[in-house]
Amino acid sequence: MTEQAAAPLQPRSMGTSTIRLDGRLKVSGAAPYAVEHPADAPPLHAWLVQSTVARGRVSALDAQQALAHPGVVSVLDHTNAPRLEDTSNGELAILQDARVGFRGQIVAVVLAETLETAREGAALVRVTYQAEEHAAELRVDNATYRPDSVNPDMDTDTDEGDVEAALAGADVVVDETYRTPYEHNSPMEPHALVATWDDAGEGTVLDLVDSTQGVHGVVSALAPMLGLEPGQVRVRAPHVGGGFGSKGEPHSHEMAAALAARTTGGRPVSLAVTRQQMFALTGYRTATISRFRLGARSDGTLLAIDHQVFEQTSAIREYAEQTASPTRMMYAAPDRRTSHRLAVLDVAVPSWMRAPGEMPGMFAHETAMDELAVACGVDPIVLRELNEPATDPETGKPFNNRRLLDCLHRGAQRFGWSGRPAGARASADGEWWVGTGVASATYPMMVQPGNSARVRSLDGGRYSVAIGAVDIGTGAWTVLTQIAADALDVDPAAIELEIGDSSLPAATVAGGSSGTSSWGGAIVAASQLFRNDHGDSPDPGVETTASAAEDPVAEEYALHSFGAVFAEARVHRYTGEVRVPRLLGVYSVGRVINPLTARSQFLGGLTMGLSAALFEESYRDARFGHIVTQDLATYHVATHADVTGVEAEWLDEEDYVATPMGSRGIGEIGIVGTSAAVANATYHATGLRVRELPLTADRFLP
Amino acid sequence: MRELEYVRADDAASAVALVSGEPEARFLAGGTNLVDHLKLGITAPRLLVDVSRLPLDAVEEYDAPGGTGLRIGANVRNSDLAAHPAVRASWPAVSRALLAGASGQIRHQATTAGNLLQRTRCVYFQDATTPCNKREPGTGCSAVGGYARYNAVLGASPDCVTVHPSDLAVALTALDAQVVVLGVSGERRIPMTGLHRLPGDRPDLDTVLEHGDLITAVELPPSAAARRSTYQKARDRASYAFALVSVAAGLELDGDVVRDVRIAWGGVAHRPWRATRAEDALRGQQLTEEAVLAAAELELEGATTTDQNAYKVPMIRNTTALACTRLAAGEVSR
Ligand SMILES: Cc1cc2nc3c(=O)[nH]c(=O)nc-3n(C[C@H](O)[C@H](O)[C@H](O)COP(=O)(O)OP(=O)(O)OC[C@H]3O[C@@H](n4cnc5c(N)ncnc54)[C@H](O)[C@@H]3O)c2cc1C
Ligand code: SF4
Repeated sequence: MTEQAAAPLQPRSMGTSTIRLDGRLKVSGAAPYAVEHPADAPPLHAWLVQSTVARGRVSALDAQQALAHPGVVSVLDHTNAPRLEDTSNGELAILQDARVGFRGQIVAVVLAETLETAREGAALVRVTYQAEEHAAELRVDNATYRPDSVNPDMDTDTDEGDVEAALAGADVVVDETYRTPYEHNSPMEPHALVATWDDAGEGTVLDLVDSTQGVHGVVSALAPMLGLEPGQVRVRAPHVGGGFGSKGEPHSHEMAAALAARTTGGRPVSLAVTRQQMFALTGYRTATISRFRLGARSDGTLLAIDHQVFEQTSAIREYAEQTASPTRMMYAAPDRRTSHRLAVLDVAVPSWMRAPGEMPGMFAHETAMDELAVACGVDPIVLRELNEPATDPETGKPFNNRRLLDCLHRGAQRFGWSGRPAGARASADGEWWVGTGVASATYPMMVQPGNSARVRSLDGGRYSVAIGAVDIGTGAWTVLTQIAADALDVDPAAIELEIGDSSLPAATVAGGSSGTSSWGGAIVAASQLFRNDHGDSPDPGVETTASAAEDPVAEEYALHSFGAVFAEARVHRYTGEVRVPRLLGVYSVGRVINPLTARSQFLGGLTMGLSAALFEESYRDARFGHIVTQDLATYHVATHADVTGVEAEWLDEEDYVATPMGSRGIGEIGIVGTSAAVANATYHATGLRVRELPLTADRFLP
Repeated sequence: MRELEYVRADDAASAVALVSGEPEARFLAGGTNLVDHLKLGITAPRLLVDVSRLPLDAVEEYDAPGGTGLRIGANVRNSDLAAHPAVRASWPAVSRALLAGASGQIRHQATTAGNLLQRTRCVYFQDATTPCNKREPGTGCSAVGGYARYNAVLGASPDCVTVHPSDLAVALTALDAQVVVLGVSGERRIPMTGLHRLPGDRPDLDTVLEHGDLITAVELPPSAAARRSTYQKARDRASYAFALVSVAAGLELDGDVVRDVRIAWGGVAHRPWRATRAEDALRGQQLTEEAVLAAAELELEGATTTDQNAYKVPMIRNTTALACTRLAAGEVSR
């Protein structure tokens, strides 16, 4: 692969509010989602049978009745499913043995001529278990396992200076425990795919039309397990109805469809996970318990920061949320320590959910900061000014473009922070207590290695630009077209973008707010090399494929985005109900490539943060081991009526250290700090400090 | 879901005959509750008798003691009933209760009778893989010791601790509505206060209706308290959530003295809870916030709570005070 150092790009289309190129298709219902793709042959429908014990063995699986049901074609279980070459991924290695690792795990797959018969067939499969005692409750005292690293590959613990001594010498100590609940991503389009297995010819054996955040990631996870070469698996995902991290890596339903497709003699298999099944099978955010200690001088200057995280993973596959990661770089303090300990439970496998680590971690950190501000009698914004670090506390490197205080100051001005009463429970409006709160936000800047793009000239001055990126609803179709247009110095209308297909040049996941940076960098590199090699008037048909060379300058800096979130909360004096009439986020994220789609990302992140603050909670009944609030009538997300005044703005800036586009990432920062801002506002309204999400009405009643 | 037979009833009498003749038959109205249950595998009837096309969709006035009552056909859609001018004028609590429930789409589809007979939202009832006495008598009650936030605080039994989910039923209970029922032995009337049961040792029975009883109408009697009535619902989010607690209240004042008062509670018991002790305590008293709080306190004697649902006691008390004082102040408009 040719590597090319990408030169900074001058914005022409970038920075303009180009409307979504796929917008018309989507609003008219013409954009096909995974299972809507026409298959070559009528597909068989798959329905999953899930375990009803949390730990043990399948002792017998009787498919007689199911198979006798008209329309049912076959039932796959651990006795007859195709064998996998590699079973080290305990989440994906389904139907290989009789073990059950969590309640809701796939123990059989029913294939039938219609969706309804598949569903009824699944209900007719009789499974008996040898149940074993299970553990499914997260507590501080059982969270004792120390992982080798935390997601994605960070240190588990950090320890600098002498935290205990610093705390002992501090004038003011905040020592509190903060909790966030299990949360589920719940994208609008459930996880779904059509799988076809055809090993008759050369080339593609397994073909998937999938709902995923990364087509190449699905190939690299599934191919070796199935004994296939990467080139024998093709994954397409032209349109994806949201993921929020839950489609970042393949889950077991994708393996179920692949295994099933292998048994049908070439007939496609269509599998759509139900909303209820998503609560067991497609990832979620672990609950977290953060013991937070801040030691400060009486004026609020931090001396020590200690963040001990207790959370959980699944016994069948490890995932350690990096909850304390933002604590390592957020504020200055000479003595600082962080740690992560896990309870290893017989539960579904946790995974990425929008801003893994930062979201729960910053709820704890920013609520603790608010408590410190109250304890020291300083304004929360002044407290953050006091503790602004000169260099990155984690790496010692200089920050590039750390503009947290600019965000706070701009937000304070726009929100009207200055007249805020210092004390809590100071304002009422009729039946409501009214308060305001603030919190900082941060998210690391990431560019993933392993991306390349192909630029080819077409007739009439048009260009095909191809990369296996995925638009999960964020606007990648549009934004990548804009980047390509600027990189080739042509009008966006001259670009024919191809994405969402693993047969295109390799691309990394639409996750970690790294998609546009990583894919865009490759597109810029390939475009610039193309112009180098083929000039401004290339013959039709010439092409260049390249990836962006790593930028040594970026290595010298700590690269993060920052933001400030302001919330007004009203708490009903009679019922305890909480409403948030105003929410404002101000962000420093480098160049905003498309204000229209970027605003949607910020507003979406803020709304999701608001939703997490007030409503979202997956209740795990530890006696059974599964989530019992397993639909959207019981797992509450914010409705329109709850989201009445959300606004976002960003600083006018560019960051060419980060990317040749001058942009950083924007997908996740909106959810970070938001629930702390809301919680701090409810404290200011009521004088009641709630340290556990969600902030439901019952917590504000005596 | 299991294959089943689907029949469209020609008239009310044949619908009753069809369902009473088949133990595993059910009436189907808007289907917003029953169809979910079919898909979730928590009920598996052999026969569905669709009554949604029966001409039970009229809203008619009738002469009643003390004025004009309103007879509401069983198939009147929740959204139509909420918008009906006579309901809004003379029974505003009914309109407000309906509008506080579900979503616009569901209210367009849901019927009056179906709303009253919707089944509990207990998460274990809706999950066929967990024990539940209401779904499968004798298997146990998973809500005891489990997810208990929504559980009942009044009238629960060791066999079932869930609450009735309907908002409409609470308003109808407060305003002394009657349900008109057609059974195999003819028509009868059941007061709303007696329609739903407490769980006792038969939580599988939500109501006193016999298998095959068809609700044909609901009758709303007129009263001064009904004319000055409201519905107050506390919930987890601003819309589209079942009640944590709710209050339907109607008030007739003589100056600031209570001549008549009607209070029913939702979200606290296995049935809409008519707060007669609180009503008795308030009648003849000056209507003040303190008086309402004290009356509610009296009604709540004997409430049983756990860590998860203890909040319901202050919440229902405060919400009752809110509803009554707002009514007294004339703050509640349509
Ligand atoms: C997401 C969601 C949120 C909701 N939120 C609320 C809420 O906040 N508040 C609220 O009150 N409700 C709420 N609902 C429930 C909704 O109001 C009910 O589903 C609806 O009212 C049921 O009416 P239906 O006509 O669709 O009944 P169906 O589903 O057709 O029937 C329900 C039951 O009534 C029986 N039945 C129907 N008609 C008759 C009759 N004439 N005689 C005898 N039996 C009959 C059926 O056999 C069945 O057992 C919600 C529902 C959903 C799905
Ligand atoms: S409370 Fe009632 S409905 Fe819920 S599990 Fe117990 S018996 Fe079933």
